[in-house]
Amino acid sequence: MLEAKGIHKSYGLTKALIDVSLEIRPGEVLAIAGENGSGKSTLMRILSGEEIQDSGELLLNGISYHPRNPQEAISRGVSLVHQELALCPHMTIAENVFLGQMGKGGFSPKQAEQKAKPILDSLGYGQLDPAKLVRELSISLQQVVEIARTQAVNSNYVLLDEPTSSLTKADIRNLFELISRLKSQGKAIVYISHFLDELREIADRIVILRDGELVHQSPMSELTEPQIIRHMVGREMNELFPRSERHLGEAILTVKSLTGAKDKPNNSSFQVRRGEVCGIAGLNGAGRTELLRSIFALDEVKSGNVSVGSSSPVDVRSSWQLGAGFVSEDRKEEGLALSMSIAENLTLPGRVGWKFSSTKNDESAKEFATKLRVKARNVQQTISDLSGGNQQKVAIARLLHSGCEVLILDEPTRGIDIGSKAEIYELIDGLAKDGKAVLIVSSYLPELLGICDRIAVMNRGVLSDFVPVSETNQEKLMELCVQS
Amino acid sequence: MKARGVIGVFIAWVVIYLAFVLLIGHFRQQPFLTADNFELMMRQAIIIGLGAIGMSYVIMTGGIDLSPGSTIALTTVVVALVLKATNNPFLGIGVSIVVGLIAGLINGILVAKLKVGPFIVTLASMLIFRGAAKGFAHEQTVGSVPSTWIEAFTAALGKTETWQLIPKGAWVWLVLLVIMHIVLCRTVFGRNVVAVGSNEKTARLCGINVTGVKIGVYSICGIFAGIAGLMQVSRVGIGDPTIAAGDELKMIAAVVIGGGSLLGGEGNLVGAALGTLIMTTINMGSTQLGIANWIQEIITGLIIVIAVALDRYRMTRPAKIATT
Repeated sequence: MLEAKGIHKSYGLTKALIDVSLEIRPGEVLAIAGENGSGKSTLMRILSGEEIQDSGELLLNGISYHPRNPQEAISRGVSLVHQELALCPHMTIAENVFLGQMGKGGFSPKQAEQKAKPILDSLGYGQLDPAKLVRELSISLQQVVEIARTQAVNSNYVLLDEPTSSLTKADIRNLFELISRLKSQGKAIVYISHFLDELREIADRIVILRDGELVHQSPMSELTEPQIIRHMVGREMNELFPRSERHLGEAILTVKSLTGAKDKPNNSSFQVRRGEVCGIAGLNGAGRTELLRSIFALDEVKSGNVSVGSSSPVDVRSSWQLGAGFVSEDRKEEGLALSMSIAENLTLPGRVGWKFSSTKNDESAKEFATKLRVKARNVQQTISDLSGGNQQKVAIARLLHSGCEVLILDEPTRGIDIGSKAEIYELIDGLAKDGKAVLIVSSYLPELLGICDRIAVMNRGVLSDFVPVSETNQEKLMELCVQS
Repeated sequence: MKARGVIGVFIAWVVIYLAFVLLIGHFRQQPFLTADNFELMMRQAIIIGLGAIGMSYVIMTGGIDLSPGSTIALTTVVVALVLKATNNPFLGIGVSIVVGLIAGLINGILVAKLKVGPFIVTLASMLIFRGAAKGFAHEQTVGSVPSTWIEAFTAALGKTETWQLIPKGAWVWLVLLVIMHIVLCRTVFGRNVVAVGSNEKTARLCGINVTGVKIGVYSICGIFAGIAGLMQVSRVGIGDPTIAAGDELKMIAAVVIGGGSLLGGEGNLVGAALGTLIMTTINMGSTQLGIANWIQEIITGLIIVIAVALDRYRMTRPAKIATT
């Protein structure tokens, strides 16, 4: 039995896990449910040795268990299968199964294949040729290889992080069979998924996390889906969200049958009017980000049409010129050039002409940095020196500097402190009051309910209709998110 | 621009120069810090220095260009042929720029459109331009180039010209250096170059024409290789398809010593110019000290390692990050 007792983990000021205690029993499938950012992944990473808890104790069969890295966890029989598979596509199944376990000295492909065979057999995939290259396999079979890897080292605890997010219905069925096999062999399986119907089907017990705290645990059969959802979201909307009276103007952003590469989004149509804040909810990977990026011409559009005002942008540059602006969900990798100054980042899209005067640039950047209350010594300061919240304010100030009428915001409050969040909500409300249109994607439902006028849900590429915020609530939205 | 980095490189150059002053003074009983030596150093630095300007632009975007050496050779051949045919130095200068521009455009378009790494693209064009140079020259040097005032660029200053302080070609280098520095710091194009190198995704997100910027920097690199080729003709008076092999690596070294990061987004032209002078000083000083060629090369290599190590040391001590 694997036990966690009073686990705490913080990243800076963010508390990822607060006093979490649970047990994982052999021969049982344990479901872990929770919203994005509730601490599920952090917990998995601690159990599998990728992170170390700040305090609290782990026990494996009653003996202290403190893996300092994944290798130590594996040697004690605990393996994590990531959502993004970690395989070497140019190598064979057998080589992948024994990756890092081949010992020293000579390597015989034949021998590895012979050893891989019984492992695949035990998983019910005896027909799979271990000499085959991994890149020739479908995603679901690659997943089988990854699970086989956990069995090559005889792991008794197999942690599966969102294993079905990229699988078809038929593949999910096969995966469930595989899980049942492992279970009947006395292995413990931890199963993380957003899809509640899947959890109901496969799990024996459920643990629900919310904001880093364990809020509920019980046998699966004791809970209904609405009950699970209530535990997942269950908090009162707080006073974070100012809402001034909004006066709707003409439609300024029109999206018609927009279909992106990989059918994310799939045939989405809607309009956003001046003075309106529209929100899109959904799970990670549902296609929300892809929708925003194809609207902004950042991602390839397969078919459909976007207009900002009366014209259609053809590329990112024309999107900006037509008065649309985009804030990326990935502030560090894409949203900001971290090695450049606040001023340089802020004015990047809004520059006109060919001359560049750093004095004038600093002045105009300063105006907007002050307006958004960016805390910094001066605008020449390198952006990587700022806190996440202040960085994000610069990313949004960029839109105001270039004179945007349509603001497309992808997870604008991700990973920033609560004070900055409140400031950003206030800002968004002010922009709507000024007659700007805001389209916002967020994984945090209370936030969407708090600031939006209308909300739609993206589920596996398909966008639902926008409904007025008064006609929906967290439970209804979550239900749409997790429907499969 | 980050003055601190440039001042560091300048100090390094002064220290290295003074080291040779002491060493040569002690072992050879000769002065090293003389007007003649200074002029000689500038003459030797012109070609790499000019190439390093263009190379800085490419490296600033996070790219690399392996072809300037070949472009220089190709330019010497074409300029020599044109001078032989027309005896018109203006045409010679024009042709050097055009040849460089074409070579750079080819690189830029391939890098930006093929989306193959610039290392592979310019490795290929390095071979292609070198081959073209040999083809145009029928695999021999293009000799008996008529004497024109192009020769004056790299010639030693005459007795009556000492007021010019450094050779004319070095003035060309310095003027272009100032112009390109201004382009980098004071034009939107220049800032876009830095933005693409700092974070290409952000640049694209902000509507910067990333393709255009890339084609632009490789074209600039080509043009400066062309001008460097002109200086090569000025210096040796022939078109030589085998000349300047490996010069691109010296240019890259100059940029790196000058504080440029091969990851892009950092570096500056003044630093690259000082990097060129550091390498030239080592070269010249070692020769006058009587140090064998192979030791010079080892010293230059060590200087690069030290420069990069110092740079990394600087990077691992970032300013304090606010946590709220």
